[in-house]
Amino acid sequence: MKSIFKVPDISFRAYRVWQRNRDSYKRFYKANLIGSLGEPVMFLFGMGLGIGGYLASMEGVSYIQFIASGIIMVTAMYSATFECTFGSYTRMMGQKTYDGILATPLTVGDIVMGDILWGATKSLISGGIMLAIIIIAGLMKGPVIFIIPILMLIFLVGLMFASMAMIATALSPSYEFFSYYFTLTLTPMFFFSGVFFPLEKFPLIIKGISYLLPLTYAVNISRSLVTENFSYIALSGFPLLLALTIILVIVAVNMIEKRVVK
Amino acid sequence: MIIAKNLVKKYEEITAVDGISFVINRGECYGFLGPNGAGKTTTMKIINCMSPLTSGNVLVCERHVKTKPREIKALTGVVPQEENLDPDLTVFKNLLVYARYFEVPSNEAESRVEELINFLNLSEKIDSHINELSGGMKRRLLIARALINNPEILILDEPTTGLDPQVRHMIWQKLRQLKKNGITMLLTTHYMEEASQLCDRIAIMDKGKILIEGNPVTLVEEKIGKEVLELRINNAMENELLQKLNRFEFTHDRVGDTLYMFSRDGRELLQYLVSNDYPLVLHRPATLEDLFLKLTGRGLRE
Repeated sequence: MKSIFKVPDISFRAYRVWQRNRDSYKRFYKANLIGSLGEPVMFLFGMGLGIGGYLASMEGVSYIQFIASGIIMVTAMYSATFECTFGSYTRMMGQKTYDGILATPLTVGDIVMGDILWGATKSLISGGIMLAIIIIAGLMKGPVIFIIPILMLIFLVGLMFASMAMIATALSPSYEFFSYYFTLTLTPMFFFSGVFFPLEKFPLIIKGISYLLPLTYAVNISRSLVTENFSYIALSGFPLLLALTIILVIVAVNMIEKRVVK
Repeated sequence: MIIAKNLVKKYEEITAVDGISFVINRGECYGFLGPNGAGKTTTMKIINCMSPLTSGNVLVCERHVKTKPREIKALTGVVPQEENLDPDLTVFKNLLVYARYFEVPSNEAESRVEELINFLNLSEKIDSHINELSGGMKRRLLIARALINNPEILILDEPTTGLDPQVRHMIWQKLRQLKKNGITMLLTTHYMEEASQLCDRIAIMDKGKILIEGNPVTLVEEKIGKEVLELRINNAMENELLQKLNRFEFTHDRVGDTLYMFSRDGRELLQYLVSNDYPLVLHRPATLEDLFLKLTGRGLRE
């Protein structure tokens, strides 16, 4: 157990792995963007306008505006997760890219950190575009300056889910394993983190579980920044998410190391 | 250049390397030979800090593998047994991205990449993707990639396995050229000819131990002799023949239907066999392969 929390050897060279991923992304970015943006855009307008048509308001804002702030977070969550499950697993097992890099001065820590940073960058790309769509659609009600903390939040959520995905990758015997991960980890967050409806009306048990899901805190911060209902209490989720992310990064590096270094 | 003392590597139940020691000098080409599972690849991986050792000591360029892995890896180039080129990138980009891992400045990297692509005759494929390359091209690209950081030590794990003779000979040419330029080379191979062509010294390994070490030519002469006679005769004939031959000096070994006779000077023996009409199959110089089989046995390793 202790070895999972060992301080990892991570250096600036993680940036080299990030660069490698960026270079290979340039080839596929179109398909990639449509894949990661198509669904959230449809959720936003499909549910937002469809269900929104029947609802006067939710927590004092229009329904589409209510879900917009959450959907930015969901987009960030899925982008980073896809990258660091299927993407990283392919690089680690199928393509042996990790083995190739390990013959250079880079460590496992550099590689894992590079992949996590890249996963978060992809969150930033798709989450940022989502944010732009929301602004253009006139759904952003917070002050313009809040765009900066929202982007920071997107990146942090990206880092967190990328690290979590790396842990899944370290444990995964094959691609099939990821469908468990998605169903058991991401789908509950999708439904029970307050993205589509407030947590207030849920039974106490589900409410309790919701507060164990990190996405809940991210959605609360996002909503506080995007809608008129700014709250300092929501912002207190920031350090919580940051602390959790740091722990997840450390565990991810140690678990991948166990898998690739024999 | 490389000093290993009592090197041990254990994987849970299996002992892959069982207390070996060796010294590899600067500018030398040193080969590890051995059947599958002998511990050759593991030894290479430990030297390149890819795999942690269980016990013992390995110094590479005066640096300990346990404490200075980044520095050691910066000084070495590796051609792995299993191809691990980056399929998402072109030939050119593969090398450029690899140069970045070694912090080669970008303007220097580009000229270095072009130089290496020319050196390994890959210029026509510079913008191709990896899946468009043949096996031989991939291997040459792996060698180019291993040289991107101007390494002092080049580690080659079965550099020509599965390649056609043309490519194999070309790679040998290139490796000899590199050696002339002073690079220290370490290689594993299953091809005895490769070891004879390239290596100043070899170590024959089996079951995690080094059985013998030395110059390939001298070793063969000392342990096997100069010439080999192969006779295809049955057991009964063999006993009869061997009795008649006790005035000649030679050693022998029987495998299946063939009797191998090793001797320092086989002319008289040959004359006797020919004039007595024995079914002689082959008279040839002794090779490293004879020594290898003598030491590691003929049982299959699967």
